Amino acid sequence: MLRVRINQDLCVGAGLCVVSSGAVFDQRDEDGVVVLLQEFPPAELNDAVRGAARKCPSLAITVEDVADEVPAA
Amino acid sequence: MATAPLDVPRYPMSREGGCPFDPPAAFATFREAGGPQKVTLFNGTYCWLFTSFADVRAVLGDNRFSTVPSTPGFPMLSAARDAVLQETPTFIRMDPPEHGKLRRMFTKEFMVKRVDAMRPRIQALIHSLYDAMEAKGSPIEMVNDFALPLTSTVISEFLGVPAEDREFFQEQSRLKVLMDVDPEIPRVASAKLIDYFDGLLKAKERDPHANDDLLSRLVIDQVEPGHLSHDDAVRHADLLVMAGHETTANQIALGTLNFLQNPDQKALLLGNPDLLRGAVDEMLRYNSIVQFNGARIALEDVEVNGHLVRQGEGVFALINAANRDPAAFACPNDFDIARAPDNHLAFSYGVHQCLGQPLARAELQSVFGSLFQRFPTLRLAVPLEELEFKGGHFVYGVETLPLAW
Repeated sequence: MLRVRINQDLCVGAGLCVVSSGAVFDQRDEDGVVVLLQEFPPAELNDAVRGAARKCPSLAITVEDVADEVPAA
Repeated sequence: MATAPLDVPRYPMSREGGCPFDPPAAFATFREAGGPQKVTLFNGTYCWLFTSFADVRAVLGDNRFSTVPSTPGFPMLSAARDAVLQETPTFIRMDPPEHGKLRRMFTKEFMVKRVDAMRPRIQALIHSLYDAMEAKGSPIEMVNDFALPLTSTVISEFLGVPAEDREFFQEQSRLKVLMDVDPEIPRVASAKLIDYFDGLLKAKERDPHANDDLLSRLVIDQVEPGHLSHDDAVRHADLLVMAGHETTANQIALGTLNFLQNPDQKALLLGNPDLLRGAVDEMLRYNSIVQFNGARIALEDVEVNGHLVRQGEGVFALINAANRDPAAFACPNDFDIARAPDNHLAFSYGVHQCLGQPLARAELQSVFGSLFQRFPTLRLAVPLEELEFKGGHFVYGVETLPLAW
């Protein structure tokens, strides 16, 4: 599965991630900065999430493959 | 900066002789040669052109390249352009961290969900303009009867700029970005715009709760608490109005023309409405209207995919060349909506990527999701050869677009 990380300091609020996957990314009401809704999105969103990371103009999103198990909280 | 020898090509070069939808033919030659191309500018200085997709994306994404025009050696396109760029900058001409601090005062306004909420109003404006076109009867002139009224009204309502001032800011914005004219023309236009927005902001500062619009919210959230000066608010109001209507209006006219020149693509879109989003991205890629953007200067020695740019050297990362790179887009000179390119650089790349792109996309998707349904027999009312293209303007487009149905 994929693990998604965001860097809010780098975000420039272009919004491409929200268009790619509104289930995984949102924008903060006060300044449009990226908010992560799901750190471990379901597999059917993998392409959309990878697309969001690839398109982000300020490299504020990173995606890595992790073991197929959600770590215990 | 040293003066280059005479055999180095001069930038910008003209599109003349080629297809009006294609960038200058020299860009493909430079790209095939590999690496940056040395060129001279109007003032005899030299800089480097980057033309491949990989190189242009790398330069635009690298903050060691600055957009601050007052940096000694910053590459300039013309004396007229220089005159406007030497004014006090807005965030698009700042580097991090100042850039981000200012840009973030505006990002919430262009959030995808905020723009999505504007779609019904955009759609209503479009349909009232279609009604007006029908009432006027065939032929109409697309740029002034449809594209500019739409984009100007959208940005005026959004920012809180009185509708009756539309013609004033349209005309002065047009003059401000002319490139090959007496520098006094853009300088005077710019001063008029600053005067105008100074008066408008002062009115909003007197009663910021009178209207709920972007500039009133800016006064309440940023000017009143002291985060943003009045003068900076004025300059950014000017930037948003300019960026918000001229670009999208040109894209609407060229996009219409793309479909009229490629009837198979028009039929494809009409038969497959789910291609709409990809079709809009394809017209953004294909036209890449911000044709002279991408000026940068290296703040230190930077290696771009193996090519060294020395500190203090100027570069242009050419978006319209990159978006026609066959290494990134198969048959790049074809207008092919099914390719749905989601990696094009029409809105630039890096921290300066267009803030207003959700609004531009919403307007374009609303237009091209309805134009050919409403006017299925729309056609060019004059031969293509008679159209006058804006080769010397900062934003590419067509002066007028007479259409019949």
